[in-house]
Amino acid sequence: MSEPVVIPIEDELDIVRARQEGRQLAKDTGFGPVDLARVATAISELARNIYNYARPGAIELTPVQKGSRRGLQVVARDEGPGIRDVEEAMRDGYTTSGGLGAGLPGTRRLVDDFEIVSQEGVGTCITARKWLR
Amino acid sequence: MIQKIPILKIGHALIASIQIELNDESAVQFKEDILNQIKATGATGVVIDLTAVDTVDSFLGRIIRDAALMARLMGAQVVVTGIQPAVAITLVELGLDLEDVVTALNLEKGLARLAELTEGASHHV
Repeated sequence: MSEPVVIPIEDELDIVRARQEGRQLAKDTGFGPVDLARVATAISELARNIYNYARPGAIELTPVQKGSRRGLQVVARDEGPGIRDVEEAMRDGYTTSGGLGAGLPGTRRLVDDFEIVSQEGVGTCITARKWLR
Repeated sequence: MIQKIPILKIGHALIASIQIELNDESAVQFKEDILNQIKATGATGVVIDLTAVDTVDSFLGRIIRDAALMARLMGAQVVVTGIQPAVAITLVELGLDLEDVVTALNLEKGLARLAELTEGASHHV
């Protein structure tokens, strides 16, 4: 496994930075245009979650390999308030911002693997992976 | 850092083509610029062209939807054009509801659609 590319999410512009880095890494990994859009969008959603609710935090991007399959791993790690009820947060239509926000369920549909570890008062770590078909 | 998107006027229509990677602040500014330009020019229609946009996340999706609804409140119709296949796929998978937004395949078809939508209105301007 390669060293992760870490993009701290402090400024609103870091959201753009994270998805551009992610798109480039995904391109280097060999993803096609639709998966590039999925990966970039998923990163954008995860980075904005950190920026809006859970600073400080960072997006970590790592090219990964499982057997002969290559992919890209996106880890969104923050020291925010944590998610009280992960199951509820993963339900479609759940939102704390009252917006049209796609939230975590929408983001999960863009990737292949999606795991959340969260502890109230400590932070949240979301791991998403997209694999080359 | 706010980047401006040029908004051009042709006849009674405004045309804005997004050619840059928009950060959130610039997207919000863009929405306001469109509404201000409708007011300033008396335009009856707006085409927002996304041909060069390869990623639309929930934030930008909401901005575009809001811009369309707000413009309508002001009496102008918005047509969004040039949504790429990859963008259409991710928007639906994300679960964004853009059903209120009128779309067309490309700029040319978008202007034709706009003419239909604003037919009659422009004669009185």
